[in-house]
Amino acid sequence: MLLIDCPYCGPRAEIEFAYGGEAHIARPAADVSEVEWSAFLYLRDNTKGVLAERWRHSHGCGRFFNALRDTRTDQFHAFYEIGTPRPDMGGAV
Amino acid sequence: MSGAFRLAGRGCIDTTRPVVFRFDGQMVRGYAGDTVASALLAEGRHLMGRSFKYHRPRGPVSAGSDEPNALIGVGEGGRYTPNLRATQVEIYGGMVAVSQNRAPSLRFDIGALNTLAAPLLPAGFYYKTFMWPRGFWDKVYEPLIRRAAGLGRAPTAPDPDHYALHYAHCDVLVAGGGPAGLAAALAAGQAGARVILCDENAECGGSLLTDTYSLIDGLPCGEWVVRIVAELQRLPNVQLLTRCSAFNYGPHNMVALNQRLTDHLAMPPTDMPRERIWQVRAREVVLAAGALERVLVFEGNDRPGIMLASAARTYLHRYGVACGRKAIVVTADDAAYRVALDLAEAGMKVAAIADLRPAPGGPLVEAARARGIEVLPATTIQRAHGHLRVTGAELAPVGADGTVGKGRTVSCDLVLMSGGFTPSLHLHSQARGALRFDDALGVYLPGESIERVRSAGSCRGVFALDDVLRDGVAAGLAAAGGETGPVWTVTRQDAPGTGGFAGVLPRRGPGHLALAFVDFQNDVTAKDVKLAVREGFRSIEHVKRYTTTGMATDQGKGSNVNALAIVSNVLGRRPEEIGLTTYRPPYTPVTFGAFAGHARGDQFDPLRLPPMDAWARAQGAVFEDVGLWRRARYFPRAGEDMAMAVARECRAVRAVAGIFDASTLGKIEVAGPDAAEFMNRFYVNAWTKLGVGKCRYGLVCRDSGFVYDDGVVGRIAADRFHVTTTTGGAAGVLNMMEDYLQTEWPDLDVWLTSITEQWAVIALQGPRARDILAPLVDGLDISAGAMPHMALREGTIGGVPMRLFRVSFTGELGYEINVPSSQAQAVWDRVWQAGAAFGLTPYGTEAMHVLRAEKGYLIVGQETDGTMTPGDVGCSWAVSKVKPDFIGKRALALPALNAPDRLQMVGVLTDDPRLVLEEGMQLVPAADSPMPMSAEGHVTSSYFSPALDRSIAIAMVKGGRGRMGTSLYAPSLDGPAVKVMLVDPVFYDPEGARLNG
Amino acid sequence: MQKFSAFSLARQAVGRHLGWRPQWRSVAPKPSYDIIIVGGGGHGLGAAYYLAKQHGLRNIAVVERGWLAGGNTARNTTIIRSNYLFEQSSSYYEHALKLWEGLSEELNYNVMFSQRGCLMVAHTVHDVQVFKRHVYANRLNGIDNEWLTPEETKAFCPPLNISPNIRYPVLGAALQRRAGTARHDAVAWGFARAASDLGVDIIENCEVTGIDRDPSGKVTGVQTTRGPIRAGKLGVSAAGHSSVVLAMAGIRLPLQVNPLQALVSEPVKPAFPCVVMSNTIHAYISQSDKGEMVIGAGTDSYVSYTQRGGLHIPAHTLEAICELVPDFRRLRMLRSWGGITDNTPDRSPITAKTSVPGLYVNCGWGTGGFKATPGAANLFAWTIARDEPHPINAPFTIERFRDGTLIDEAAAAAVAH
Repeated sequence: MLLIDCPYCGPRAEIEFAYGGEAHIARPAADVSEVEWSAFLYLRDNTKGVLAERWRHSHGCGRFFNALRDTRTDQFHAFYEIGTPRPDMGGAV
Repeated sequence: MSGAFRLAGRGCIDTTRPVVFRFDGQMVRGYAGDTVASALLAEGRHLMGRSFKYHRPRGPVSAGSDEPNALIGVGEGGRYTPNLRATQVEIYGGMVAVSQNRAPSLRFDIGALNTLAAPLLPAGFYYKTFMWPRGFWDKVYEPLIRRAAGLGRAPTAPDPDHYALHYAHCDVLVAGGGPAGLAAALAAGQAGARVILCDENAECGGSLLTDTYSLIDGLPCGEWVVRIVAELQRLPNVQLLTRCSAFNYGPHNMVALNQRLTDHLAMPPTDMPRERIWQVRAREVVLAAGALERVLVFEGNDRPGIMLASAARTYLHRYGVACGRKAIVVTADDAAYRVALDLAEAGMKVAAIADLRPAPGGPLVEAARARGIEVLPATTIQRAHGHLRVTGAELAPVGADGTVGKGRTVSCDLVLMSGGFTPSLHLHSQARGALRFDDALGVYLPGESIERVRSAGSCRGVFALDDVLRDGVAAGLAAAGGETGPVWTVTRQDAPGTGGFAGVLPRRGPGHLALAFVDFQNDVTAKDVKLAVREGFRSIEHVKRYTTTGMATDQGKGSNVNALAIVSNVLGRRPEEIGLTTYRPPYTPVTFGAFAGHARGDQFDPLRLPPMDAWARAQGAVFEDVGLWRRARYFPRAGEDMAMAVARECRAVRAVAGIFDASTLGKIEVAGPDAAEFMNRFYVNAWTKLGVGKCRYGLVCRDSGFVYDDGVVGRIAADRFHVTTTTGGAAGVLNMMEDYLQTEWPDLDVWLTSITEQWAVIALQGPRARDILAPLVDGLDISAGAMPHMALREGTIGGVPMRLFRVSFTGELGYEINVPSSQAQAVWDRVWQAGAAFGLTPYGTEAMHVLRAEKGYLIVGQETDGTMTPGDVGCSWAVSKVKPDFIGKRALALPALNAPDRLQMVGVLTDDPRLVLEEGMQLVPAADSPMPMSAEGHVTSSYFSPALDRSIAIAMVKGGRGRMGTSLYAPSLDGPAVKVMLVDPVFYDPEGARLNG
Repeated sequence: MQKFSAFSLARQAVGRHLGWRPQWRSVAPKPSYDIIIVGGGGHGLGAAYYLAKQHGLRNIAVVERGWLAGGNTARNTTIIRSNYLFEQSSSYYEHALKLWEGLSEELNYNVMFSQRGCLMVAHTVHDVQVFKRHVYANRLNGIDNEWLTPEETKAFCPPLNISPNIRYPVLGAALQRRAGTARHDAVAWGFARAASDLGVDIIENCEVTGIDRDPSGKVTGVQTTRGPIRAGKLGVSAAGHSSVVLAMAGIRLPLQVNPLQALVSEPVKPAFPCVVMSNTIHAYISQSDKGEMVIGAGTDSYVSYTQRGGLHIPAHTLEAICELVPDFRRLRMLRSWGGITDNTPDRSPITAKTSVPGLYVNCGWGTGGFKATPGAANLFAWTIARDEPHPINAPFTIERFRDGTLIDEAAAAAVAH
């Protein structure tokens, strides 16, 4: 079970959280093309490596937040608030 | 002393407490502290089990949890447990144990005939045969194979015991209570860390419990262990768990332990769980898992009476048992010499030590010689003799070129083998730690890990006792962040063993018929492994899967390194080029029930009860599960079946009034300055113009354009909406609202609150609803003019705060009375009493379904299945044409979502008004359409309608709205197809006069 | 190819089994192939086999980054059935089931396909509605599926607890008698052996690191850890790594990988006669020929390539097993493991051409790919050979996500009201 460091509550067990999928996917305006719309809906990088992803502390504060996690190891590298840019981990990850 | 092979004055058993148990119906006498294996060995019995494939007679090869052979069934009735290791099962008075996989008896097992057929049954033989004639596989061959396979029989009665689950946090978890683990735990504990130390055995000490030679600070090892354990127990920050195996190392230092609490007790306290699973989140983990001695692979190495040297030492020193009278030791390692010396010292004869090494030397070897034990250098064991018990062995010289000469047969009743020690890497590897092959030791050792973990002692290749203790202290200090730790002086110890062997022992001649076992339990021989390589299975994972080596209940603890060495030798490649099979949890098997813990029966899943549940039960309601909720389905009166009860409830609602507990409806309060804008963006409907005190049916789509949920929404204030959702959709809708609000529309100033549990909902539906309700609402004017359909009022009912919705899911004049849940029963009672004179009738979910179907109202999840648009279910009217955006807007413009042949919601009538279609029936164009064929649609809801006195149904049909009045056919499963006509889905009161009344 | 039979086994026994040859040729790559299949699991090996067997193509290679069939082929719970709801799905899985029924003979390799029957147990009124809809829909498509009452369910699978007093009582079950299990490794080995015999090159320990394309965009070959290999066509059947491989050609897929865990008990004598699945309480179980209870758990929620997940997931599954079959509470978990499932948004697979000429993909099988193995392999081979889908896999495109023509098996089991 993962240990997830909620930016608002601190480290908590994974069972308190709901996964929110890949982060930084902006919802386009309603007048975009079908291709752009379906890309927003369905296409994902499915990164093997460091993935920016969303979690919601659904059984806690209820807040969504972002995390950087390496999908090859499940180790987290950063937790950060929704709306803030992906942290630059430099050469670290 | 009972037991001819029991040695007085030895062992840690309590000889003042004799224990009698049964094994295969025979009485066996042992002592408190014995295992089944040690008690049987004390009587001179090695034969304890039969192998999987050849049904070979087998005795214990080990003295612990890694035992592959001596598997037994223990207990009776619901407490019977198969496949337990006799080497681990602690005896108690009255225990009933049985051997397994034999018929008719352990000594005479008809299945042993399989050995004769062994040449026809090499690895993977079943892939090559049993294919003819076709159809015989699962009728003839497979049942035969299944009966022959398996070990013990499965339990056939429910387990009466209970189990517990415990979550814990600690600074340092130490897995293994041998010398390294004890040292690490004490060092960490003294440094102030919160420590959990677990050990799979009944007591801590590990190898020290059988080491009668070494001295620590001048103390015998056993005494030192007692002292250290006492010190640990004095530390309040240290928790010591015995009979507790660390079996799973998950991500982020989550380690699961399995603690066995009652299996060793004759009369366990009834309130004590049988086992407890600990889920420990550890800041740091110290693995002190030790090392396991390797078996040697030679012809007949599986005969009862052949065991690991370390096991014989354990039986001698822990249980006071001589495993035989006359032993032969075969070794490639110094450690077995100490065992030989111990045996000799205890009065057993050691006929010879056959050492595979050309020139063994050193103090242990000299000590053995000095003791008069014949040491045979450069000697292998050509084969072991005997059947139910080893009777002797041929020891043969190995020349400098590796050839084996003619040997001599030495009689014996015990063969002890030692191929050196394999560090236990299971937990390190489960945590995805790297492994590296150590050429000097010839074994894999732990490498880097991404977890905060360190290994200590022999599980990382440190073997000398003084080094192990220092290693343990260092690991404990590092884990705890301590500066200084305890220091002990090992005043006497054996030098760490050198040498070791893996693979097949050298032998004379090809030995084509020889069975030399690599995996004892699964009967995988060296030849099987070689055959797999010959057939192209070169990855060690392939070899494992093709031969099943390492897949038995010991999970390869005794076999993996030998199998690897054989493959390595055959291919002429280094072991690390071949790899190692993945270590898969659990370390040792863990009871299913322990994982389930208390989550059984009513505790399996939370049960959500609506506020009027007790009332419904008192009324004799029949219930149904809806998600986690238990809802009243109908209220049968004496002599009524479901159909009669539902019909009566429906008629009552249409004629007078019905009362219904609708509290399970999901409810969310949407509040804030931007609440209306939020609603506009979230729902397909428009909300800006919805006045305060008004309600509207709302429909939620996903951004894929498909219907997700629906419900009535009331506007409490300009900045406040009372949203309802389906029962099953409540959590999902709130999560989706939060998702969009927090991540897409942070510009909106809106608060979302789940109010499902706060507001109970009493639905009062029927032509007399107003008459019943009006006197109760504390002066609120609910007349038709003052409170029309889809109006919302706040007020009180008998002084209880109320949000009153005039809404209808039945087509009748109706109200949904929202009151605080805590006072709902009182309000319900008042309404119930007020309605009594009118003939108010309670109704359940089934009548609710019928009533809404008569009106053609859809149920999300019944008419829709996640691929329906609002248009498909006749709700295009709800979709705003003017809003610039809302969830689903873009997708709803896709051509495919507007195709004319989409499934559309229609009504369906059978020619025979008594015939009720079955929900799920498919609709096809012709009565005699040949199969296979495509459906034109399917029935989603179907009932007998009391109001229409005929059956009605709702269906989703391709282009259905354009096919009104046409016919389709519904093929039945066991009769002719039923002709149906497509009609408007609103069967009852299409003008809506009744609900507006 | 050395024929496998009781006779050949006996003859080899006389020769002490020294005469068996490798079941497939594991070779070094040639410079060029007409078709390269990326991914040496059951689907990929099967595709190579059918390309050679049914489409007369010979110059084919299968490249596998690790050991053959070491991914989901090695990690699934071997359930085979075709009783899916939507006609598109059930047609696909039925195509596979029909191939399963003759696969041992086809390959001369006993894949131990055991038609033990699969019960899908209903616990709620909604379950009953959904499963009956399955029964009616499947019958229409000529697929066997029948409805059993709780008593009939118990008669078919005596260890099941049908007491009305449990948290989620059994209200009945849909039974597909032709469903069952097979020996998962054998399927891949059998395809490898038969494909190899037809001239297919099987190249292990060869990871694709790049996809080469000409200026028009057409595929010309792959870069691998064993050097570049030219190829006329490239079929990617890489399960959890499909996104990684397709990204090398600039294609993003509607895929997300999740861990899926499974476990077995210690082996016991025959005690469980069929496959039982329960969607509502999240468990499925069958007993292997060896005697182990094979149990599948739910997926972990997050993207991960680690082939492991949280212990709470199998623990929850075992809660369900202990409710369904309380006699098994004292059985013990012997071994557990994880795989990487590649899930599409509608939980239906993709077997299709891509927007890149010469590049084809078979992925998105999620938790259910094993049962489709021969069917997916067969249709993927057709699609590659003819550069157009077979009518059965024609709906299973990537473009369905753009167009909104989803085949949503997951949502079909939606719970509401």
